[in-house]
Amino acid sequence: MPLYRGKVTAFIGPSGCGKSTLLRILNRMYDLYPNQRATGHVTLDSANILSPSQDLNLLRAKVGMVFQKPTPFPMTIFENIAFGIRLYERLTKSELEDRVRHALERAALWDEVKDKLGANGLSLSGGQQQRLCIARTVAVRPEVILFDEPCSALDPISTAKIEELIDELKDDYTIAIVTHNMQQAARVSDFTAFMYLGELVEFGETTRIFTTPNDRRTQDYITGRFG
Amino acid sequence: MTMSDHTMKAFDTDLQDLSRMVAEMGGLAEKQVADSVDALATRDTALAQRVSSADANIDALQREIEERAVLIIARRQPMAVDLREVVGALRLANDLERIGDLAKNIAKRVMALNGEFPPPKLIRGVEHMTDLVLQQMKLVLDAYGGRDISKAMAVWRGDEEIDAVCTSVFRELLTYMMEDPRNITFCIHLMFCAKNIERMGDHATNIAETVHYIIEGHPIADQRPKGDTTTIAALRTG
Repeated sequence: MPLYRGKVTAFIGPSGCGKSTLLRILNRMYDLYPNQRATGHVTLDSANILSPSQDLNLLRAKVGMVFQKPTPFPMTIFENIAFGIRLYERLTKSELEDRVRHALERAALWDEVKDKLGANGLSLSGGQQQRLCIARTVAVRPEVILFDEPCSALDPISTAKIEELIDELKDDYTIAIVTHNMQQAARVSDFTAFMYLGELVEFGETTRIFTTPNDRRTQDYITGRFG
Repeated sequence: MTMSDHTMKAFDTDLQDLSRMVAEMGGLAEKQVADSVDALATRDTALAQRVSSADANIDALQREIEERAVLIIARRQPMAVDLREVVGALRLANDLERIGDLAKNIAKRVMALNGEFPPPKLIRGVEHMTDLVLQQMKLVLDAYGGRDISKAMAVWRGDEEIDAVCTSVFRELLTYMMEDPRNITFCIHLMFCAKNIERMGDHATNIAETVHYIIEGHPIADQRPKGDTTTIAALRTG
């Protein structure tokens, strides 16, 4: 199954179908847990990232992730962004400031925080914290951004802002989003993958999946006939 | 096509209600078509008047269907087949309302004839067309009710015959008008009636296309068979 560049691919399916698990394979987060492993191939830039020779830190810079619960570091807003950049690059003070500003602009957060970059990241609202996490991800110049239910904890207005942001970001990144909100998947994605009981049941263009799905199970799920 | 129920039962009820209203509208339209031509054949101006007034019921049903459909879209965010059902109901209501209007138009012409009725044999062609259209309507409403694609396709192919009878009715009426100018008034009315019935056939075919869309998710791929040459009807004399 491909994740196309410059497109958003949504993973949908009932609870426990494996969509979040699948996402965590794409940046090898399962490696953090002792008894988990993955078999098969995940190819990024012609390399199989599941291979033992893959540099994990490099992978996780290339493949960023935004989680359901916003996870800003307990540092200033500026430091939240600068921290990741410093791990990979040596920049002058002004270069770093530019990068931080650019990341915050990209995440549609700059205007709201430009006068309080020294404030603690945790002092922001939920929606702002999530955009801070997106800025943090974007700052290290990934190729792929993974979103795991990014709006579940947010109100409708913040959700709409994040969705708009994803729409803007997809021009420059490959985006995958796991969501249990079907309307969100329909709004935000170009391609949709429906999963059930750990298997990929159907994959295709979002417009087709939501109007004329091929598989009966896909149709049952998206029309609310599951359960 | 059996489907499991929605987890939210109210959604099922909404869709069933919509379907039921469309079926009801279909039944009313069928009756209007039959009655309007009946009035013409039996010279019953009272019946014609009733047909004319009854059209308001069909219009009211269309408005109700539209309202319900919009509410379903707003409340349920229907997807896939459910969405096609709602869009289909809107289209069907539109076609059925037009059929109702065409029947009302025939009824009005009956009243306009004001006693100057055409000879019975001229009406036979129109009656024949009406029988064919009523058959198409019954079949297509059955197709919708049972979500039956083969019935829908049968209707879609059956329109040619109606078109052909219409062309021959036109020819017959043209001869009549040329024979005697006193025939012109009722012949013109009859031509309009025939054209109206031919349009009803087209609407039945539209409904068949919509039923196909609801079931299959895409329009019919082929070209619609056409047998109507009345727009280029030039009588060849001799």
